[in-house]
Amino acid sequence: MSRLAVVTAGLSEPSSTRLLADLVAAAVVERLGPDTVVDVIELRPLAHDLANAFATGFPAGALADAVGKVAAADGLVAVTPVFSASYSGLFKMFFDVLDTGALEGMPVLVAATAGTPRHSLVLDHAMRPLFGYLKAVVVPTGVFAASEDWGSGGSVVGELRSRIDRAAGQLADLVASRPARRRTDDFDEVVDFETLLNS
Amino acid sequence: MEFGIFTVGDVTTDPTNGTTPTEHERIRATVAIAQKAEEVGLDVFATGQHHNPPFIPSAPTTTLAYIGARTEQIKLSTSTTLITTTDPVRIAEDYATLQHLVEGRMDLMMGRGNTGPVYPWFGKDIRQGIPLAIENYALLHRLWREEDVDWQGRFRTPLQGFTSVPRPLDGNPPFVWHGSIRSPEIAEQAAYYGDGFFANHIFWPASHTERMVGLYRRRFAHYGHGSAAQAIVGLGGQVFMRRNSQDAVREFRPYFDNAPVYGHGPSLEEFTAQTPLTVGSPQQVVERTLGFREYVGDYQRQLFLVDHAGLPLRTVLEQLDLLGEVVAELRPAFEALRPADVPADPPAHGSPLSAAPVTAGARS
Repeated sequence: MSRLAVVTAGLSEPSSTRLLADLVAAAVVERLGPDTVVDVIELRPLAHDLANAFATGFPAGALADAVGKVAAADGLVAVTPVFSASYSGLFKMFFDVLDTGALEGMPVLVAATAGTPRHSLVLDHAMRPLFGYLKAVVVPTGVFAASEDWGSGGSVVGELRSRIDRAAGQLADLVASRPARRRTDDFDEVVDFETLLNS
Repeated sequence: MEFGIFTVGDVTTDPTNGTTPTEHERIRATVAIAQKAEEVGLDVFATGQHHNPPFIPSAPTTTLAYIGARTEQIKLSTSTTLITTTDPVRIAEDYATLQHLVEGRMDLMMGRGNTGPVYPWFGKDIRQGIPLAIENYALLHRLWREEDVDWQGRFRTPLQGFTSVPRPLDGNPPFVWHGSIRSPEIAEQAAYYGDGFFANHIFWPASHTERMVGLYRRRFAHYGHGSAAQAIVGLGGQVFMRRNSQDAVREFRPYFDNAPVYGHGPSLEEFTAQTPLTVGSPQQVVERTLGFREYVGDYQRQLFLVDHAGLPLRTVLEQLDLLGEVVAELRPAFEALRPADVPADPPAHGSPLSAAPVTAGARS
């Protein structure tokens, strides 16, 4: 059984960002198996908690729960709308409050939405560097959906469908090929003082 | 159990009227607050150490010695002494001198400090914060226990045949606490030496403090200093009181909303629910404080922050009057709950625990 976390920073309701997140997550689960546990984390309801975490230095309430779910996942789908040539500020805030090392070695699929395909390099020029810095393993295919990728009634047409399938396959393969992520805990695995003293 | 106050020593504009105390006024206010703390029956006054505006306590032993000369009973301490950027030789000398001047009525708390530029100002690197705390304290620990110290480390010029003077009063080094908000390494350090561990407590959720203290207690027992329940634990707290709790909330809210550390973030109500901050009647403070032991166990020192965020001196002194009443209730209540084999107080000068040989630390 794998745990998949899905972080989506869409703001409207319904949101094309959430729609893309759900499509990608479903494609990943299809490959990992029906016992996959999926935690979908919508960032909009966490906006206040995120701002508070910047002011206080700690994540509280529902945000603490969301942070814990991402840290405990075996794979992550991260989806943001494009704002001013990058991921949205809200999206970045969430990844700023994760503990150092929370995403180290985690398989990640990056996806983004925008009104025009001219923003598509956000995947490679903004999202990949962010997750690279966080030491995550980003799968080769990113998924970008512009308005024209959505057919009538929210169905998915042509190229977008094939990109979702390719990216989901890469994420599922990566998650399945790795042992379940070891959840290290600073408090359970303390470094012995003699080691600290001699380091 | 000891009760007291700890001050950051911030010079902050009063958000309700725009007035800012001068450094001189803030320093004199600190002395007045310490004297008042003794008058209302508190056991401990602790000051921070800072080397940048808007703070005044850059020379804590000067202030503590002055307060020591003007008080009779209250124990003087720190919250914290910067073990990272202060030369451990100077800490050994300054605090041993203070110990003599106040007849042993002191202890101190080590902390790292989290202000980036302070490190380079003193020739250090904040990224080395933990290694600095570990190496510097290992030296300080030896300086108070050994004469003719030969020493070499990574962060300080070597010492050959160095004797720190004055020697600790009666040969008993001051008791040391190690304070930390979130670093397990510091809890481990405190446990290794059998020193006290002080959890800041006030800026993070209780669940976090519970884990930090739990780690310290387990490791204290691991290193053979006693059972986990016998480890020496201190906690921070933060209160604002009026007889009528609604008055307390109304009066404190502008100070909370604009406070330097957490202002402009969560509401007073949210922060009160998430952290130990208690704003209300003295009875509410009594009940909340008694609840701390439910997640950290029976502990030995409770310090409250009462003089920050621009609160005027008059208000702080009124708070201390109320805190005196609260502590008078807390003392017997905590004592009634404490198991017989758990120390009531942290080691004091001349008390058996502080005179006992330090087992693990002495081997290093």
